[in-house]
Amino acid sequence: MRRKAVSLLCRVPRPSTIQRPLVAPIVSLPRYYSSHGPPNAKLNLPIQYNTSTYLSHTAAATLANPELPSSIRTSGNTARQNLYQSINSALSTALSTDERAILFGEDVAFGGVFRCSTNLLDKFGPDRVFNTPLNELGIIGFGIGYAAHHEANTAIAEIQFGDYVFPAFDQIVNEAAKYRYRGAGDFNCGGLTIRMPVMGVGHGALYHSQSPEAFFCHVPGLKVVVPRGPVQAKGLLLASIRERNPVIFMEPKILYRATVEEVPVDDYELPLEKAEVLAKGSDVTIISYGTTMYTVEMAAKAAKEMLGASVEVIDLRTIYPWDKVTIFESVKKTGRCVIVHEATKSGGVGGEIAACVQEECFLRLEAPVSRVAGFDAPMGLIFEQFNLPDVARIFDAIKKTLEY
Amino acid sequence: MLASQSRKAALNAFRSSSRKPLAAALSVRSISVDATASQDAQAPEDPDKPFTVKLLSQSFDAFNIEPPSLDFVTTKNELIDMYKNMAAVRRMEFAADRLYKERKIRGFCHLSVGQEAVAVGMEKAITPDDQVITSYRCHGFAYMRGASVKSIIAELLGRREGIAYGKGGSMHMFAKSFYGGNGIVGAQVPVGAGIGFAMKYLGRPNVTFALYGDGAANQGQVFEAFNMAKLWDIPVVFGCENNKYGMGTSAARSSALTEYHQRGQYIPGLKVNGMDVLAVKQACAWAKEYTTSGKGPLVMEFLTYRYGGHSMSDPGTSYRTREEVSWMRTNQDAIAGLRTRLLDWGVVTEDGLKELDKGVKDVVDPEVAAAEAAEVPENSRKVLFEDIYTRGSEPDWLRGRTAEETYYYKE
Repeated sequence: MRRKAVSLLCRVPRPSTIQRPLVAPIVSLPRYYSSHGPPNAKLNLPIQYNTSTYLSHTAAATLANPELPSSIRTSGNTARQNLYQSINSALSTALSTDERAILFGEDVAFGGVFRCSTNLLDKFGPDRVFNTPLNELGIIGFGIGYAAHHEANTAIAEIQFGDYVFPAFDQIVNEAAKYRYRGAGDFNCGGLTIRMPVMGVGHGALYHSQSPEAFFCHVPGLKVVVPRGPVQAKGLLLASIRERNPVIFMEPKILYRATVEEVPVDDYELPLEKAEVLAKGSDVTIISYGTTMYTVEMAAKAAKEMLGASVEVIDLRTIYPWDKVTIFESVKKTGRCVIVHEATKSGGVGGEIAACVQEECFLRLEAPVSRVAGFDAPMGLIFEQFNLPDVARIFDAIKKTLEY
Repeated sequence: MLASQSRKAALNAFRSSSRKPLAAALSVRSISVDATASQDAQAPEDPDKPFTVKLLSQSFDAFNIEPPSLDFVTTKNELIDMYKNMAAVRRMEFAADRLYKERKIRGFCHLSVGQEAVAVGMEKAITPDDQVITSYRCHGFAYMRGASVKSIIAELLGRREGIAYGKGGSMHMFAKSFYGGNGIVGAQVPVGAGIGFAMKYLGRPNVTFALYGDGAANQGQVFEAFNMAKLWDIPVVFGCENNKYGMGTSAARSSALTEYHQRGQYIPGLKVNGMDVLAVKQACAWAKEYTTSGKGPLVMEFLTYRYGGHSMSDPGTSYRTREEVSWMRTNQDAIAGLRTRLLDWGVVTEDGLKELDKGVKDVVDPEVAAAEAAEVPENSRKVLFEDIYTRGSEPDWLRGRTAEETYYYKE
């Protein structure tokens, strides 16, 4: 059944005038305040994305993933993509497989500030891919309304930066999250997915480098998802868009270009609410998500080399509701737990995980659960790298936890 | 010293400017809210035969648009139906009032007594496939959209038979093509724009009414919704039910422009006598025609009045006089006004009216009783945790207050 074409949004798209201070291009020229550590640093070396074992650099590595559908694994069809390209591929797949899916947000028709929606206007037309005014509250309210009309309606809203989501907080918390409960199951906006770039970028400062995930992890009815690389981004985003609960999908903005993987070309989903064990270990469990996965990788490597520690690393992926089974199993095995995130420590995701771990694994713990997080301070421009968890801080937490 | 004196003078000036005597306060309304006066007309014998009556000349005030015609075509049956609907809404609201005072309904409860003409007139102008979303004062709209009296009262009582399983209460009622009752002031307005967009995107010939009060009209997101709707020519009617008070603050004290129908600036507007159900129906039918013909949104203002307080904890007399309320009740009541016209036009006799009133009582009262008789729901975690996520997609468990209270969706 083809929907009758509706001539909508007849205004001709024009290149936008810049309405907001955008961040500089993600891959920027080296600046001292956005580089990693001083010249004589031993631990805080530049993150080596191109050799990270948490990324699939070959088609074979990608297709070995048992979470992928068998059809994808046997087809062997992959393309080298960075994270924004894989998001673009996911959006394109979502729009082409669901004629009720619409994509909107500030400047998305022009490709978005991070190029995630490049060419989607040309492919799907202005009825389905369109720019909104600069009004986050209105964008989310509008998306809720579209999704609420019918369970089959799929609204993919983009908030240009996670830092801009706060005007929409009311609509997300009070309308989107509670629609189903208020409507006794008959009314909901499950088809709504809200995408936003988050986390540090080295020089984003106060309003372009925040990590607002914890605000939404307090709200039953929402799901909060953060991918760490292109393969995950595509599979988790498609799962989030098709999920019939409102999902907040946070894309770590520095990874848009920094991470490159062989990404399956075809349509696939990865499971929500399921953590991924990236490295098996027996001495300490490190839990993280998004950008800091790669910092954790380097800290775990250093801990192995310098302390002989066997570190188990877990990517949470879905931050809320999170995969308690995998976490508890791991901590019960290792007896030690370190949680790492960029968001400020107080009231952060780490506090919740730490509390649950202590409730469930108390008798198996050999050391207090440790958190490495952003300091309880705004993200000052000059202090951004200082504020974010670095390899040394994570290494130190591992060491202290092991030596407790 | 000087500063404090000037501050005092400024305060006095503010007070004197914002305190208006009753007559002046009512006269700022440029159109009539009269619902009692009727023009000459005679209803035909056949209850389904259309006949034309003249609406009051001051029924509408248009902004950047031609107002609807004052010739109102109706039938005896339609008029009787409107009367019955308004009477049923009022009777249901009175039942809620009683149950609240008996301490059986707890929590929030916002009654629409006095404002019935808006919900009834609007419903008569639209079809079940048109969409409505409104504010927390929603009982009348829920009833008109098809919710039963029992399900509404049971919701207020927190019963499983309630329209939202008793989990929402007064502000959260849903029915087909009715997206609630919304407790957050103004939040439903951009949601309404999104629903309207769905209609347009799916090629449906339907209008969406997004309703809010004069208090909510000052919310920023209302203006965000106006802009998007006009930008994309969404078939949505932004309807401001101006009952003169946003909680306890009069419109003039809260709003720099109290002509709410002009607040869309670039969107045409229409102010309507919201105490006259016929004017409301005429205006809403006109608005549906306008918006669904591709001309974009409209901003409407329904001048109305609530007799009760904002909520049950507000006696409704600290910010307005008892005289004002009783004057409105006596002179501009929507139900009394229609009653007068039904008699004047020969639609019903005095005895017929008594029959109608009895009929309404016989329908509403047993449903209220049934709601009251419904069991208090069992105190179960299954019920508490259901519908947080779509059924079957829930996480393995959600936490209660203690580990023992953890609820497992999947055993």
